[in-house]
Amino acid sequence: MESGFFSCVCDSESNSATVRLKGEIDHHSASVLRRELDALICRLRPQKLMIDLSGVDFMDSSGLGLIMGRYTLLDSFGGETVLLNPTDRIRRILDLAGFGRICKVEIVKKNRKDGEKNAES
Amino acid sequence: MPNLEKPKLINEMKLKLPSLSVNESAARAIVAAFAAQANPTVSEVADIKCVVSEAVTNCIVHAYPQTMGVIYITVQIYSNRSIRLEIRDRGVGIGDVRQARQPLFTTSPESERSGMGFTVMESFTDKMRVRSKIGKGTSVIMVKQLEDFSLFGR
Repeated sequence: MESGFFSCVCDSESNSATVRLKGEIDHHSASVLRRELDALICRLRPQKLMIDLSGVDFMDSSGLGLIMGRYTLLDSFGGETVLLNPTDRIRRILDLAGFGRICKVEIVKKNRKDGEKNAES
Repeated sequence: MPNLEKPKLINEMKLKLPSLSVNESAARAIVAAFAAQANPTVSEVADIKCVVSEAVTNCIVHAYPQTMGVIYITVQIYSNRSIRLEIRDRGVGIGDVRQARQPLFTTSPESERSGMGFTVMESFTDKMRVRSKIGKGTSVIMVKQLEDFSLFGR
């Protein structure tokens, strides 16, 4: 799935979804992102939601609210939220809110295996 | 020998924007462009953009809820390479500023505000002052001291 704000790759075998956010996350864009992400989450109900932040050029505390809200939603049906590849800037904001202790933060190298397991959704 | 003279005002910008959320990105981009003449580092520009975004968002979400108001932004560049930002509104005002400044405190958890706005502003600048009066509005003044060229030999 592709939208103006993120792209999503799902793995039905492990019931996980990776959303790659892009652009700037502020209060304005967060409200749209929230709507679209929640529609996706409610449809897929993934056991693991990975939010890839490497393509995010700007994020303020509205982004924290967005991530916190998705974490709570996933948690409500026993799902796990993992943050992938935050830039140093974003890491700084995440750490201000003590986020590293709530969400798992992982740095993974990009390996594009398009068309292998990536179910188009 | 430290320069003990009072820093001189070199340049100033005043900006007036309606409290539309599309103006969050506009405000931070305009302020960053103006501040660029003081030659900030990449990280300093990012700090400035972020704190402007936070303050402007506060005006839109909290100062003028369900109404449209005007956000006044003043940016001043001083001879000691400090940048003074003032973001002011004529909105509802904050009853308890001390409480509002607490990390994670928010009056609107249902709309997923993280309550980290003031904490971000305080952490990313060198000085922050908040003045507010119920029914009159709020002013947030922040000072960002850019690192000294002469110390780093750039």
